[in-house]
Amino acid sequence: MNPVIDVRALTKSFGSVRALDALDLVVEPGEVHGFLGPNGAGKSTAIRVLLGLLRADAGQVRLFGGDPWADAVDLHHRLAYVPGDVNLWPKLTGGEAIDLFCSLRGSVDPRRKADLLERFDLDPTKKTRTYSKGNRQKVALVAALASDVELLVLDEPTSGLDPLMELVFQQCVTEAVASGTTVLLSSHILAEVEKLCDRVTIIRAGTAVQSGTLAELRHLTRSTVAVSCTADPTSVAGMPGVHDAVRDGAALRFTVDEEAMPAVMRALAALDIVSLTVTPPTLEELFVHHYGDALPAAPAGGAR
Amino acid sequence: MTAATATAPRPAPPRAPGHADEAPFTGTVRLARHVLRRDRVRIPVWALSISGLIGYFSAVLPIAYPDPAALQARAAIMKDPSGAFMTGPGYGLDDYTFGRLLANEMVGMLAVATALMSIFLVVRHTRAEEETGRAELVRAGVVGRHAPLTAALLDVLVANVVVTAAFAAVMVASDLDAPDSLAVSVAIGVVGLVFGAVAAVTAQLAEHSRSASGMAGAALGLAYVLRGVGDARQLGGSALSWASPIGWAQQTRAFVDLRWWPLLLCVALAVALTALAYVLAGRRDVGAGLVPARAGRADARPGLLGVAGLSARMERGSVVGWAIGLVVFAVLTGSMGQGIVESFEDQPQLAEIFGGAGEGDILRGTLASFLGFFAMAVAVYVVIAVNRLRREEDEGRTAAVLATGVSRARWLGGSLLVTGAAATLLLAVSGLALGAGAGASVGDSSLAGQFALAALVYVPVVWCFMGLAVLALGARVAPGWVWLVLIASIIVGMYGPMMELPDAVLDAAPFGLVPLVPSEDPAALPLILMVGVAAALAGLAAAAFRRRDLTA
Ligand SMILES: Nc1ncnc2c1ncn2[C@@H]1O[C@H](COP(=O)(O)OP(=O)(O)OP(=O)(O)O)[C@@H](O)[C@H]1O
Ligand SMILES: [Mg+2]
Repeated sequence: MNPVIDVRALTKSFGSVRALDALDLVVEPGEVHGFLGPNGAGKSTAIRVLLGLLRADAGQVRLFGGDPWADAVDLHHRLAYVPGDVNLWPKLTGGEAIDLFCSLRGSVDPRRKADLLERFDLDPTKKTRTYSKGNRQKVALVAALASDVELLVLDEPTSGLDPLMELVFQQCVTEAVASGTTVLLSSHILAEVEKLCDRVTIIRAGTAVQSGTLAELRHLTRSTVAVSCTADPTSVAGMPGVHDAVRDGAALRFTVDEEAMPAVMRALAALDIVSLTVTPPTLEELFVHHYGDALPAAPAGGAR
Repeated sequence: MTAATATAPRPAPPRAPGHADEAPFTGTVRLARHVLRRDRVRIPVWALSISGLIGYFSAVLPIAYPDPAALQARAAIMKDPSGAFMTGPGYGLDDYTFGRLLANEMVGMLAVATALMSIFLVVRHTRAEEETGRAELVRAGVVGRHAPLTAALLDVLVANVVVTAAFAAVMVASDLDAPDSLAVSVAIGVVGLVFGAVAAVTAQLAEHSRSASGMAGAALGLAYVLRGVGDARQLGGSALSWASPIGWAQQTRAFVDLRWWPLLLCVALAVALTALAYVLAGRRDVGAGLVPARAGRADARPGLLGVAGLSARMERGSVVGWAIGLVVFAVLTGSMGQGIVESFEDQPQLAEIFGGAGEGDILRGTLASFLGFFAMAVAVYVVIAVNRLRREEDEGRTAAVLATGVSRARWLGGSLLVTGAAATLLLAVSGLALGAGAGASVGDSSLAGQFALAALVYVPVVWCFMGLAVLALGARVAPGWVWLVLIASIIVGMYGPMMELPDAVLDAAPFGLVPLVPSEDPAALPLILMVGVAAALAGLAAAAFRRRDLTA
């Protein structure tokens, strides 16, 4: 099957600022694709190009196999978009705004709307100017989730939601995916990414630095090992692939590359292990690694 | 710089109760300076617009009333209860002069203008600030409980002083007696203060800025009607006239037998209302109101569900506001009809200049040229309405709509449809009101319909300005250029004849291209050409808009 989103070497500049620099992004049908990167990396810009709101300077952008700039209207009937910073018409009520979005996209399904309003605990009779940030975001989420679409484009959709609503959001996305919807999710909330996403693309300074399943990305990062043995384990610290070794009383802590793991385990086993914990990299470590590692090498004025 | 910086800013710890009471006015001066800075353009614009009204009337009145006899004819209309209802108590009608006319007929209207200014300013700096949550930030700093309200009231005081001074200066420059001019100016200023204080009270009551302005506006409307009914009952006003702050302002009898003390009533009321506002402010939380907000609809009406429906909903309020303003102006202007007719009767040589035309034709000719002024106002509306779309785009709402199944052309077209229709409506309403006012004064009921239709000859030229504004939007050129073209056209159209510009320039200026219907035959060619130009501008705009990035 053709990918739902297929971006190759996409470049976009604002004056002298190069927001996207040969970006690649592929989202397959039915998957939840995490789109991650530090602030100013170009996530929102890429999404706005995908929506035909911005024009690509160079590169190829395909959405459902079509050109998002030229065929915007046809393609938009098949997707729903939730921005991170939702601005609504202050004179309308939340309910009116939801109906408006749904009907501009296709049609309103009152049952689905009522159901979502209840789950998100949103009062639709209030004027949108009186909503808090989280409630404005709920309006956009309900409007998106109430429509019958093939693709959800979500740009930090939960940045204003409380933890309870965050859970509701995750449930809703899971249900949508179960019914065959594809999701592109840009987010800074790692727990959400870990729970929802099948694959992720990490971008920095407008370029994709990693793309793959979370498991694959974990392979690229080191696990942490804490071990105590009857014999002195210090010799292990010198093995290839072992880093950051520190003594902690009788125990030794270190990090180890994925490839070196079998050899290290064999060596430890020979030393009479008393206790051993191996912690796979947390997402946080993963991101610190990918966001931060190459920063000094990044060209000045790149990532911000 | 790492990703591990996701901690939310902690809310400021709650202040100890009673803390703010120790120094409720702390920070007022700093806040007032900030507030005045925010209004550094707004206040002068109000002052110029309000004193500019005199400019308008001193340009129009000599045309309509070239001699005392003509003015006297106008005075007769003001003696009439309906005339008195619309204007004032009618002091000095026996020997009408420009000053007396101004004091009798315009103080009410001008007082409404300063009252609206004061209401908007107070609400803007109190309730509107709380609504956006900015007030919370301010109050969390070293700022006393009453500082924001006090700063807003100081702002309104300054605004009314500026308006009063500007107005007095223009009046004195127009050769009017200084003490009476000052009394009139102070009168409109103190009415402004009264309604500033009214708004300070309603801002405590209502939870939303619009309801706060609405409640204060309703009080203003009531004040105007009370004095209207009172003045209609009896020459010089009756008890009901004295029940209204606007009535007090008119009871100074400026240019007739000046007395200042009624203005003290305004000052006393303003002080009392201000005190009430402080008491109420002390009894509520930041952000909360004493009257809860009303709930709206949970589902949209079908009429809203479309680009045009949305646009109509956004424009509705401002179209109604413009319509009311234009109607008031047009009725007042039309009510000079009898005066125009009589001035020509007195000067048959003038009638000859107009080609020996009959009375009716002279009246129609003069009113037809006044129609142009209303068309200019509607052109201003159109440019403002199109510029609203810029804000829509900058605040990300346009992107949200375009991300649904709406094309850029449809978005632009739907919005233009509404603005174009609203402009047509405003023109027709202005013409209708001008004709109705004139018809009532000369006793010719056919004028209303005639002028409602005649006003429509200006539709093409107004649409041209809409096209220009939308082209600037499509190509994202600064809106200043559109204003420049519009203002130049207005100046040439209004003052061109006085500046003795060559006829070629006057005829080629946009508003000069329009035939003076109904006194002239509507020439089709220029109108068709203008519609063509408007369509071409809109087409270019759509093409340019399709080619560019959205700003947000
Ligand atoms: N309209 C614009 N004009 C100029 N520069 C822009 C514009 N939009 C984005 N940029 C720049 O492009 C870069 C990428 O911005 P973008 O909003 O795509 O980042 P992001 O990855 O979404 O960041 P965040 O996580 O903070 O949302 C930034 O350097 C930003 O300043
Ligand atoms: Mg972003």
